Parts: sequence; C-alpha cells; structure tokens
Amino acid sequence: MTSPLEQKKIRITGPSVVTANRTWDGAVIYRTVSHNWSERLSDAAIVRTSEDARALLAESVVDDVGAVGAYVAPVEIKESGNIKPGNLREYIRVHGVTIDLPVPA
Amino acid sequence: MYAYDELDHAVINERVDEFRDQVKRRLSGELTEDEFKMLRLQNGVYLQLHAYMLRVAIPYGTLSSKQLRRLAHVARRYDRGYGHFTTRQNIQFNWIKLAELPDALADLAEVGIHAMQTSGNNTRNVTSDQWAGVAPGEIEDPRIWSELLRQYTTLHPEFSFLPRKFKFAITASAHDRAAIKIHDIGLRLHKNAAGETGFEVLVGGGLGRTPFIAKTIKPFVHGHDLLSYVEAILRVYNQYGRRDNIYKARIKILVHELGIDKFAQEVEDEWQQMREGALTLDDAVIEDIRSRFTYPAYEKLPHMPEELRKAAHDPHFEAWRNNSVALHKVQGYAIVTLSLKPVGGPPGDATADQMDAIADLADKYSFGEIRVGHEQNLALPHVARRDLPALWKALDKIGLATPNVNLVSDIIACPGLDYCSLANARSIPIAQELTRRFANHATADLIGRLHINISGCINACGHHHVGHIGILGVEKNGAEFYQITIGGRADENAELGTLIGPAVPYAEVADVVEDIVEAYLALRVRPDELFVDTVKRLGVEPFRERVYATR
Repeated sequence: MTSPLEQKKIRITGPSVVTANRTWDGAVIYRTVSHNWSERLSDAAIVRTSEDARALLAESVVDDVGAVGAYVAPVEIKESGNIKPGNLREYIRVHGVTIDLPVPA
Repeated sequence: MYAYDELDHAVINERVDEFRDQVKRRLSGELTEDEFKMLRLQNGVYLQLHAYMLRVAIPYGTLSSKQLRRLAHVARRYDRGYGHFTTRQNIQFNWIKLAELPDALADLAEVGIHAMQTSGNNTRNVTSDQWAGVAPGEIEDPRIWSELLRQYTTLHPEFSFLPRKFKFAITASAHDRAAIKIHDIGLRLHKNAAGETGFEVLVGGGLGRTPFIAKTIKPFVHGHDLLSYVEAILRVYNQYGRRDNIYKARIKILVHELGIDKFAQEVEDEWQQMREGALTLDDAVIEDIRSRFTYPAYEKLPHMPEELRKAAHDPHFEAWRNNSVALHKVQGYAIVTLSLKPVGGPPGDATADQMDAIADLADKYSFGEIRVGHEQNLALPHVARRDLPALWKALDKIGLATPNVNLVSDIIACPGLDYCSLANARSIPIAQELTRRFANHATADLIGRLHINISGCINACGHHHVGHIGILGVEKNGAEFYQITIGGRADENAELGTLIGPAVPYAEVADVVEDIVEAYLALRVRPDELFVDTVKRLGVEPFRERVYATR
C-alpha cells in the first residue's frame, strides 16, 4: 500500500473518506458529516469527487487540536450500504493488526 | 553496568519536565502539530497506524534487571502488555497515548532510562556488541567508548539539527556483532603495529533506499583523539550534507558523491585544525568512564561442572546449549542468548510478564544484567555454567528457550504494515509463517547459520539488504509483493544482497524461501559450507533458476 504520507495530489477514483489519528491518544478517527470526528468508519462522511475530497480534507485539517495527519482514504460501499476499508492499510487501521497480539486484548 | 551520576539523572529528569510542558501545550492547542512534531520526534515519539509509538533507548544494549522491570511496568501500565526490541538495541511501545507519555517517561527516568534522540535528525542511540565486556578475545570493553560518545553527543547543540539522522556502532571483537559497516560511523577497536589501542573509523554505511557498505576513512585513530575525529566527520557532514532532499541527506550519499578520498581529505583538514583542542581526551577522563563500569565478582569455577555433565544426557537441553550458549571470557561462565523468536511469534516481542521473569532470572543467574542485541534477541551475559540446566528449565517455562539462535527461524523483521505508517507490506506474518515452515529443529540445524531479514518498505528497518536472505515488501496495484535478495551479510565481511528476480506475491514468499533453502542444501559442497558462502561461490543464478523455473 502506498503510504498516504506520500499523498501529494488528491485525485480519487471511487468513494473515499477523510481519516486521521486523534491527538491525545492516537486512535484512528474519521471525519463525519456533522463536521466532527468518530472512531467508527460507518459514521464517516463519504466523498465521491476529487473536489469534494479536497474540501472535506481542508475542513478536517483546520482541527489541528483534535486530530493529526488527516488524509483521504478509499472505501468500498457494499450493496447493503455498509462502508468497508478500501485497501489493506485501511483494513488494518479499522480492524487492528492481522496477527495475534502477544498479550490478548 | 554503568553507574549514572547526578548529572545524568538531572538531564533526564529535566527533559521529562520539558516534554511534559510541550505535550500540555500541544493538547491545549498552543502548539500546532507542525511545531510539535520535531519536539516529539526528538523524544522518540512517532505517530503510527493505530497510535503513538514510543521508542526508548537502551544505550549499547545494556540493561539492569531494575530497568527491565520498569520497561515491563511501562508495557503494562501505559501500553498493551508487551514491547518490541529493535535492530538498534531500542525497545518500542506501540499503543501509548500522547497524554500519558510524560508519566511513562517519568517512570522510566527514575531508573535512568530515556527516549532522547531515538528519532529526529540527530545522533541516535550508540549501539555496540551485545557481548561487550564478556566476549573472549575482545580488545577491550567497547561500551567505555560507546558511553563517551553517548555523553558527548547527547543534546549536543551542533548535532541536534543534522541534515538527517546519524547512527554510530562500535565493536571490539574480530567477529562483528554490531553491524558497524551499515552505520553512518562504524568504529572497530583494534591494536596497531606498536601495540596501541585505537579505532579503525568507517563512514558512510547505511541501508534504506540507497544502501552502502561503510568505507574505511582512517585505519587508526587513537582513543584520545576519538571525539575530535568524530566531530571533524560530523562537521564536514553538517556543512556539506544535503538538506534539500530527504532521500539524499544521509552521510552515505555525501561520501558516495564526494568519493571516499575527497571526503577523507575534508575530514583530515577539519581535524588538523582542532585535534589538539578541548576534545582531546586525557587519561583521567577515560579512566573515569572506565571506572563507572562495574563487573561482577566472578568465582573461580570449572569449565565443565557436574551439573552440566548430568544435563548433557537430555537432548533438548543439549540442543539449546549448543545453540544458545557461548563462551565467556571467564572460565566457568557463559553468555546465554534468549531467543525472542518463538515459532509463530512476532520477532523481537516480549511480554511484560516475560520481561519481569527475565529480570528475576538475571538477578538469580547473571548478576542482574541483561543485554539487547541488534538481532532482536536478549542475552544474559554472566551465567555460571553450573547454572545452565536450571536456567534452561526456567527459560523454557516462559517460552524463551527456543534453540534457534542464528538459524533460519531467528528472523529479523520490522513491524511492517501491521503497525507502521510508512510500510507498504506486512513483515510479521511472513516471519511467522517462515518460523512455522522451519519449526523442526533438526532441519534448521542441518541448514545451519542462515539469517533472514524482512522489511515492510524501502526504509529497511528489518535490514533486508544484509540478510543472507532478504525480503522486502513492496506494493503492486494495491497488493503486497516481496522482492527477494540473497547473499547479504552484516558482519565484518558485510555485503549487500543480490536481487534474484521479480517480486513474488504474499502467499508465495514462504514457498520461495523453502525453494532457496532446498537449492542450497543440494548445492553446498560440505555440511559446514554456510548459505552465504554457497551463494558467494555460485552466484545467484542457480537459486534464481530454482525459484522461477516453475513460476
């Protein structure tokens, strides 16, 4: 997965969200339609054009106190309407590491 | 162990107070992330996929049992009950909260541990041989010089904003366990023709996007001149190193572009202007550092005590002893490596419970001392040979007696895409699968010394370029692929591996490695011809053929 840290120009080809890490604890968060942050991908605002993605990201990075490192990430919208992460990196951010942790959570 | 003085403790505690204030200002919004990022990095705090990651320095890989217990406490209190030992003798905690970081650092400071300069464009943790001070045939304990460098470089204002990060490694043994040739500055203690002790100075080694093996810039620098010579190197780098392109900013690029002779001349010119100055170390300073390293009061013990004779009948014990126990400079004692590479486990991880148990065993059997090696294993450096059977039983109970040190399943791996925000592909699951494939000890023993190194991206934290078999994760059209190199090595004969062919998908990596190992077993001329020696003799072609003939 190409690191989004290398993301230079925002050009999306499918449904996307804006994600970041919460400043005080680093938890994965998503920008919501109500201009807030949520830990649930299902709450994320979906954008479908590059222009909307840029706008959502611009709005998100204004909140420098609440969130760190916001970027645009791809998602899949299932027929049921469920939102799924669009690549392995985002899958891992949603579901956690793909290995058993040395100490079970 | 090295005994820190009041100044050391004051510096560490003041740094915690300073960082606590910086975190407070960040959380209140007084500092932006852009302003805060460099400050947190200088305190070893990264932001990874799921959380902040704290990298804690373990200078030259030496820990006391008290310090290890405190690391266990941090893992338990502030993280998720485990830590990850790294290829630079550090430990990382993967799930730590920014708001709690100052408290965690304060707890560590109480036992003289800190995270200063474990990240950022400064001089990093000075690493050394994990067997320093106990290895037979060593010129002298390299940690004395590591400590001098640590004190000299810590918070050094001239070297706190270098073009890029800067890493030292020091060895004093013929066999290099500190991988000095892949460091920005590698130092090899040796004696010159006059019998004086000094350093061969190597410069410009490093892996990452553009790997280089370090080159010798000066064959002999007297210990008294070590700091002035190192400062001359750093000054030349600070002046000429590129700050306009992060990918060309390491000293290895400068050395490559100037050429080693030109670079050496620049350093020599700089050094001649300052070599008789304030940085010349007099004997009293060196002796003061030396005197603060304390060594155990060893007993006079037999090499082959009765306890060892009896235990030798147990094949499981013998397998472990042959694999994990090394000769000590003092008769009757041994160096014991604790494998952090259990079958199916993440390389380099230890739980808080294991850390506490190791600390107890260190108190009981190793004069309270533990070492961390760049291979992501631990060692107990002063174990009486009569205690080996009891120690083995105790280690086995806590899952730390896997007899695979230096064998195919003793894999070095970075955290990869499971944790790291820079990674392109996963490393740990690949390592886990390989340890399962080679779980049979008899097979692994038959294969012999074989180092597999795995990195999840080109930054090469898993040192894949110098693995006997190197595995590099890349991304192709959204999927994980892996490039395979063979023939690399990180020791005194360090070499970069050679790519054997096109990258293979995630699901095929373990099969490819098995193919390479089978080819080696068929091609080696003697059972003691190591994998790297077979590759050196034959080149990569026979291995390439074996891997790609049916793919």
